[in-house]
Amino acid sequence: MVAGDEEIFREFLVESTEGLDQLDRDFVALESNPGASERIGAIFRAIHSIKGTSGFLGLPKLEGLAHAGENVLSKLRDGDLSLTPAITSTLLSMVDGVRRLLKCVEATSNEGNEDFSQIIAELAKVTAPQVPQIGQVLISAGAVEPKELESALEQQKSEPNRKIGDILVARGSVKPQAIVEALHAQVEARAGISDTTIRVDVGLLDKLMNLVGELVLARNQILQLASQSKEPSFLGTSQRLNLLTTELQEGVMKTRMQPIGNVWSKFPRVVRDLAMTLGKQVRLEMIGEETDLDRTIIEAIKDPLTHIVRNSVDHGIEAPEVRLSHGKAATGRLLLRAYHEGGQVNIEISDDGGGIDPEKIRQKGIARGLITAERAARMGDRESLNLIFAPGFSTAEKVTSVSGRGVGMDVVKTNVEKIGGTVDVQSKAGHGTTLKIKIPLTLAIIPALVVTSHTERFAIPQVNLLELVRLEGEQLRAIEHIHGAPVYRLRGSILPLVYLNRTLGFPESESSDPKAVNIVVLQADDRQFGLVVDGVSDTEEIVVKPLGKELKGLSAFAGATIMGDGKVALILDVLGIAQRANVISEVRDRNMGEDAKKASAVEEEKRAVLLFRVREEGRMAIPLSMVARLEEFPRERLERASGRHVVQYRGKILPLIDLCKVIDGGSRDEHGPLQVVVYSEQGRSVGLVVDRILDIVEETIPAEHREARDGVLGSAVIAGKVTDLLDVHGVIRSTDPHFFERTTAA
Amino acid sequence: MSDAKQYCTFFVADRFFGVDVTRVQEVIRYQEMTRVPLASSVISGLINLRGQIVTALDMRARLGLPPRPADQLPMNVVVRTADGAVSLLVDEIGDVVEVQDSSREGVPETLTARELIAGVCKLKDRLLLVLDTERAIADPIAGQPLAG
Repeated sequence: MVAGDEEIFREFLVESTEGLDQLDRDFVALESNPGASERIGAIFRAIHSIKGTSGFLGLPKLEGLAHAGENVLSKLRDGDLSLTPAITSTLLSMVDGVRRLLKCVEATSNEGNEDFSQIIAELAKVTAPQVPQIGQVLISAGAVEPKELESALEQQKSEPNRKIGDILVARGSVKPQAIVEALHAQVEARAGISDTTIRVDVGLLDKLMNLVGELVLARNQILQLASQSKEPSFLGTSQRLNLLTTELQEGVMKTRMQPIGNVWSKFPRVVRDLAMTLGKQVRLEMIGEETDLDRTIIEAIKDPLTHIVRNSVDHGIEAPEVRLSHGKAATGRLLLRAYHEGGQVNIEISDDGGGIDPEKIRQKGIARGLITAERAARMGDRESLNLIFAPGFSTAEKVTSVSGRGVGMDVVKTNVEKIGGTVDVQSKAGHGTTLKIKIPLTLAIIPALVVTSHTERFAIPQVNLLELVRLEGEQLRAIEHIHGAPVYRLRGSILPLVYLNRTLGFPESESSDPKAVNIVVLQADDRQFGLVVDGVSDTEEIVVKPLGKELKGLSAFAGATIMGDGKVALILDVLGIAQRANVISEVRDRNMGEDAKKASAVEEEKRAVLLFRVREEGRMAIPLSMVARLEEFPRERLERASGRHVVQYRGKILPLIDLCKVIDGGSRDEHGPLQVVVYSEQGRSVGLVVDRILDIVEETIPAEHREARDGVLGSAVIAGKVTDLLDVHGVIRSTDPHFFERTTAA
Repeated sequence: MSDAKQYCTFFVADRFFGVDVTRVQEVIRYQEMTRVPLASSVISGLINLRGQIVTALDMRARLGLPPRPADQLPMNVVVRTADGAVSLLVDEIGDVVEVQDSSREGVPETLTARELIAGVCKLKDRLLLVLDTERAIADPIAGQPLAG
C-alpha cells in the first residue's frame, strides 16, 4: 500500500464501520416496514460507497462482496424485487461478511483467507430472474387453458421422457406454431440470466466492417442498375437490399463503437496524481461518458486527450492560493464533456483556471520567431490563441516535467486532423480555457459530395463541405480578381476561388467562357475557400479505400472509392488541394490557423499601389502589379481606329481608354501630352489615360471595400487620403467586352 | 526442379519480358481506368479489381519506350507486392515458360532501363528479360507529380 494513502485508508475503515452500525438498525427497521424506500436508498448508498472506496484502495474481496450486495439492493430500491425475510437474512450475512473483512483489514492490512463465494452466490441467486416454464409461457400467451396443461402434466408423469410441448401437440391442445413461439420467449427470458455479452476479436470486427463496406459498394451498384430497370420485382428486391444493407452497416458500425468513458476512466487518477505533484486542487467532472465512438477513433484520440487534460491541470488551473486571491474556490474544476452533434462527436475539455492571455501568446510567438512583431500587431485575439498549436510553443512560465515543453499541442492538432477532426481553443483571461475537439463518428464509410471536373468524378468528404453556390449569367461578374487571384464575395467576406481543373492540371478548354459556375464552399483548417468545379452530382455514402504507396505522395487525394457504376473515383483531400492552390500558403501557417479572411493573404499584405489623378478631384489607385508601363504620348500621336482612340506603340496598336469618360462620363481638356498607364495581359495591352501620375506607395489595402460603382471597386484610405480603387478589369471590359476572352483563348 | 523457375511472359513494345510466376496474382484483359491527375505519366490510372482498388502502371512509360498506339488496348498483369496488388500494363501476354537457372545471365550494360531488369534468360529462339518487379513498381514513380 502506498504510504501516502495511509490516511485515506484509516478514514475509510472508520467511516465504513460507522456505516455498518447504521445498516444494522436500518435492516431491522425495514423488516417491520418493508415499504420504506428511503431506508433502502440509505443502505444502498452505504454499500455503494464501501464498494467504490474498496475498489479504489485495492481490496478486491471486499469490493466483490459489496458489489454483489449492491446488485440486490439496487433491485430492491428500483422495486424490481420485494424484500422477503430470506432476502433480508442474505443481505445481513453480506453485511456481517463486510464487517469481518474490515476487521481483518484493520488488524492485518490485508483481506485474509475467508471465502465469501457462498454469500456472493446466494446474493446472485436472489437477483437472477426466474426462467418461466414452458407451460407458464403458453398460458400467459393464451395458447392453452390451465386445465389442459394440468392434465398434460399428469400425463407427463407417466411418460417422463416426453416433453410437455410434444404431449400438448399430440393431444391437439395447441398448435405446433404456438410451442415454437413459446420456446423463443423462453430463450429470451433465459438470455437475461447468462451474461449477455461475449468477447469478440477486434480483427474479426474489422473484417466485418470491411465486408460491409464491400456490401455497401455492391448495393450502390445494384441500385444504379435498378434505376435503369423496369422489372418491378428487381426494383422491389433492390429496395429491400438497400434497407437491409443500411441496417447491417449501422449494426456492424455499432459493434465497433466504444463509449468514450473507456478513455476517460484513467483521467481521475491522472488528474489526482498530477494535482498532488503540483500542489493544486482539482475536481474532475465528466459528462457524456456513454458517448460512442468508433474504436479506431478512440485509439487515435487517447493520447491527444491525455495531453490536453495534463496541460489543463498544469498550465490552466492555478495554485490554490492564487485562486483564492482571485476570489475563486481553492479547488479548480476540470470538465470533460462529450456529445453527438450532426454526425460528429464533440469533446470539450474546459477548466476554470487562469485562461490564456492573448497578449502573452503574441509576445511568446514573437520571441519564438513564429510570427513577426508586425504580424502580431494585426492578429486578433482568437487568432493569437491558435498560436498554441504552432510547433515549438510553450506558455508556462516555468517548464515543468509534467506537461513538458508544450511541444505537444501541435501534435494534438496534427493527430486530431489526421482523423478528419478539428481542434479549437477558446479562452477568457481569468476565467478559464475550453478546448473543443470535433471528430467524425467513423472513418471507413463517409458521406461525400460527388463533383465532376473535366469528365472525371471526384468525391469530397461532407465534413469539409459548407455550402454550394451556383453563379449564372450576370452573376458571373461577381467573380473578381485580386492580384490576379480570383475571389468571390460570399455575404460580404472574400472567398478565394480555386479552379479544380487548373489545380489538377487538366487542360482548360471549354471553361474559358462558362455559362454557369459551380462553387463548392469548403472548409480547410480554419479557412474557407471556393472550389470551382464543372458539375455537382449527388451526395453518396462512400467507402474510403487507401491509395497504393505509388500514389501516397499526392497530397491532393485522400483515397479512392468505388462508385455505383463500378468505376473508381478519387477522394479529394481538401487540405491538400488548398495547399496546392496556395490558399494555405505553408505548413507553418496551417498550424497557426489564421482567420478565414487571411486566406486571401494578398488582401492584407502591404502592396505597392500606383496613385494617379483623374480630373483634379479624382484620386485613384491601382495595384502596381497590374501596371506594365507608364508612358507619355504627345497628343499628335493620337489616332482613331474602329471608333476608338489608339496610338502606335512598340510596333503595335495600343487602344486607349479615357478613364475620365468611364468614371464619370465627362471629357478632358485637350492640351498637353497624354499620361497613359499600360496594362498588359498575355501579349495584349491597353492604355488607361489619366490626368496625372501622383506616386507609388506601399499600403495595406483593407479587404472590405465600400461604395463600389462602375469602374471603381471601392474606396480606401491610402497615404492619408481617401482614394478610389480602380476596377481595371471592369473598366477594360466595359469598353472591350472581349478583351479577356481573347487573352485566355490566346 | 530446384534450379528451374517459371516465368509469366509478356510483350512490351516487341520486347519479351517475364516475371516470376509466383508473384503474379492474375492476368486480365483491359479494364476501364480512372486516371489520376498530377501523378507521374507512368501511372495510367486506377482499376476496380473486384472491389479492390489497384494502381495500373504503364510499362512502356516505365521502361522509357514509345507510347502504345491509341487503338491497341493493354493487358493487365496483376502482381502481388508487400503493399497490395499492382497492375502492370503490357501489350500482349505470352506463355508461362520454365527456365533453367543455368541459362540466366547478367544484364548487358547497354540495355535501356537496365536497373529494372533482374537478368536475361537465353531461350531457344529468343531472349527473355526478367523484370525486377519490386524496382519496376517502386521509387522513381512514387509521388512525383508531373505538374509541379
